[in-house]
Amino acid sequence: MAISFASAFAGHDKTLEFRSARAAVLANNIANADTPNFKARDISFNAHLNKEQSRLRLAGTNSRHISAEGSAGESDGLLYRNASQPSLDGNTVDMQREQAEFAQNSLQFDTSFMFLDRKINGMKKALAGN
Amino acid sequence: MSLSNIFTISGSAMSAQTVRLNTVASNMANVDSAASSADQTYRARKPVFSKMMNDSMHQYGWGNTKVDNSGAGIGVKVDGIVESDAPLQPRYEPDHPMANEDGYVFYPNVNPIEEMADMMSASRSFQTNVEIMNSAKSMMQKMLTLGQS
Repeated sequence: MAISFASAFAGHDKTLEFRSARAAVLANNIANADTPNFKARDISFNAHLNKEQSRLRLAGTNSRHISAEGSAGESDGLLYRNASQPSLDGNTVDMQREQAEFAQNSLQFDTSFMFLDRKINGMKKALAGN
Repeated sequence: MSLSNIFTISGSAMSAQTVRLNTVASNMANVDSAASSADQTYRARKPVFSKMMNDSMHQYGWGNTKVDNSGAGIGVKVDGIVESDAPLQPRYEPDHPMANEDGYVFYPNVNPIEEMADMMSASRSFQTNVEIMNSAKSMMQKMLTLGQS
């Protein structure tokens, strides 16, 4: 039986990618906390998941056909945050909220990292066989 | 990997806040710089921030925009520094050596309270961005230890 990395990692590698992408988006919101007319943005996990699932796959009618993947939409899954308070300069960054989201996001990153690390350790143990 | 983008983003914010802090320092230093005519008087300087987008980077043909096409943006930039249009403060001080023939001396339109508030805001934002950078750093260091334990 071949070892499948995709199933062994149980999507945690993709989650790490998502978490670091989201960290960049949130960091950008915080960086632009004093920029007039800046609108705070965020990626939702569901949007990311839908994007992953909606990738086009070529139909293979012969076993020798080469499979390929394309992406369906050009949407990047980035949404605009609903402002909790209107501000005079049109900026919708709520510093406290962004910091809280960033902290939560990095904890979730750590969680996925831990799972991934344990999975790799498990595989290493299985391969060592002792 | 978009974690390395965080360094660019927070770095740009830190340098923008430093510019802001510099203008505050300049305004506060010149709060009492008197002049004898309105056009020679120091005027309060304010930086104008604008968001920096990947698109605009691409438009001007610099930066490796293919690395991150998420549209998340890459931080903040200082568009320029403008002088405040607030009215200057003419004061009637005929004994002042800089007084004009009517006895008036012009003082800058710097509002020290506003400047102090601006300074606090700038240093807080700077701190926050340092913390963001630190936590991005620890996330990256963690990534390097994947599978080692």
